[in-house]
Amino acid sequence: MNRIQLSLRRAQFSLQLDVQLPDQGITVILGSSGAGKTSLLRCVAGLDRADQARIEMGGVLWQDDQQGVFVPTWQRALGYVFQEASLLPHLTVKQNLTYGLKRIGSRTPMHSLAQAIELLGIGHLLERSPAGLSGGERQRVALARALASQPRILLLDEPMASLDAARRQEILPWLEKMRDELHLPMLYVTHAANEAARLGAHMLVLEHGRVQAQGTVSEVFANIDQALGAGEDMGALLQGTLVERHADWHLCRIAFDGGELWLRDSGLAVGQSVRMRLLARDVSVATVAPQHTSIQNLLSAVIEAVADDDHPSQVLVRLRVGPSAVLSRITQRAWAQLGLQVGQQVFLQVKTVALVA
Amino acid sequence: MMGASLADASSAWNAVILTVQLATVTTVLLLCLATPLAWWLSQTSSRWRAPILAFVTLPLVLPPTVLGFYMLVAMGPQGWLGQWTQSMGWGLLSFTFTGLVLGSMVFSLPFAVQPLQHSFASVGQRPMEVAATLGARPVDAFFTVALPLARPGLITAAILTFAHTVGEFGVVLMIGGNVPGQTRVLSTQIYGHVEAMEYAQAHALAAGMLVFSFVVLFTLATVKRRWPGVGAGA
Repeated sequence: MNRIQLSLRRAQFSLQLDVQLPDQGITVILGSSGAGKTSLLRCVAGLDRADQARIEMGGVLWQDDQQGVFVPTWQRALGYVFQEASLLPHLTVKQNLTYGLKRIGSRTPMHSLAQAIELLGIGHLLERSPAGLSGGERQRVALARALASQPRILLLDEPMASLDAARRQEILPWLEKMRDELHLPMLYVTHAANEAARLGAHMLVLEHGRVQAQGTVSEVFANIDQALGAGEDMGALLQGTLVERHADWHLCRIAFDGGELWLRDSGLAVGQSVRMRLLARDVSVATVAPQHTSIQNLLSAVIEAVADDDHPSQVLVRLRVGPSAVLSRITQRAWAQLGLQVGQQVFLQVKTVALVA
Repeated sequence: MMGASLADASSAWNAVILTVQLATVTTVLLLCLATPLAWWLSQTSSRWRAPILAFVTLPLVLPPTVLGFYMLVAMGPQGWLGQWTQSMGWGLLSFTFTGLVLGSMVFSLPFAVQPLQHSFASVGQRPMEVAATLGARPVDAFFTVALPLARPGLITAAILTFAHTVGEFGVVLMIGGNVPGQTRVLSTQIYGHVEAMEYAQAHALAAGMLVFSFVVLFTLATVKRRWPGVGAGA
């Protein structure tokens, strides 16, 4: 059981939340800067002390101010990866990795050092000094170091924020590998919706120190009542499987719960599980099945809800495609002239689909 | 180690050995004291920080004679320190080697504390937080992270304390007097030679001091180039 209840008051800012977290997979904490994401993580780690908190991780009570319990950071079985490089500069990569391992106390090792080194592909860096590593390599070492300290939860504070776009692409696959191969809950703080879409299973949207939305990533991304602050990037997230590759057209067919979509073939193998983002602005609504159109991704859907969008000319429509949810952004005028209603059966044309993973 | 040969060594040699002994003992003891103090000063936001910082810096601006005078009074039979040492059965510290060590420690306090404090401050909070998340208890983290990272400051503090102690005169004269083999160090020895118009002997010792001081500062500059943090705040 992982549960965080805390309240923190600062002069400019207050943080108030009560959330439960799943036992494994990545829980993304999404929010703009100043939303309180890092404060939340630091309080969970015990680096900052919340005024009133009850934090329970994996059945262990880390903090309960009503009972006067406060376990100091060094006794909490956690791994923490900071935003910027935080390798101990006076130690080699290998000494950095073993620093935590030597201090695990009575924790039973779950991941061996060799496993962590292999998982993050840093075997060739062991004798190097942190100063000689690239930004991406440093963060990979920091991830491996956190794993080697045998944590029961991994706290990641925008681990890619200090990296440029190319380095991020370099480190993402390692994070996915960690997510898929380890049975370890992770709290992943980010302000980037695309990172959340790619890595997250569970998601928490934080705004001004309050939880705005939470649930599975698909649920949260399909939530039109609480704008994610995503603006143009508003869109649904679908989990699917690649079922066919069409060599002649360089396309692949992806089946998801409720339908199928054709995508540009990016070389993935049949049977691979993929995540797709359908941006609301790329999805249009028709009351009869369109014919003679170049847009060939056509889905049958039911209108589930409608909400005002940022601009008064537009509305956000949430639609059900089988059990999956899809968002569409259309004009007020289109909504009125087509006579659309909640519960109505419609057709969706999907202009573009982005593979996120 | 040279205690046996001390008795029949020349008085100059005597003074050199005594000076080195005084500087070594002072440096070692003072670093043990200054390191936790500097750490505390670099971390705390206590309201005691400002007055204690001022007190630590005091020897930097006070004339050594003022410092030596107060220490002499404190160590004397009527002073609080003297009363205490007497009640402990140790006798009086004034005009003894121990008294000299004590005086030197106070005199060099800012030279040891300041470089260390600046080094600790420039290391920052993050490495200590990293150590905590890796399971290191605070004392462990201090010795395995903060102290190694503050090594430039530690080296600077040691060199400055040693050199400063070798060069002290006022405090020594006030609390040590000029007892051969006990409190007659190089600087007072030179003073003695000059008083007695023995310029040749004074020259020899003074030149030695000059060379020594130059070597120390030269070493410090070299170390500073290798570890850019050395000498910060000194």
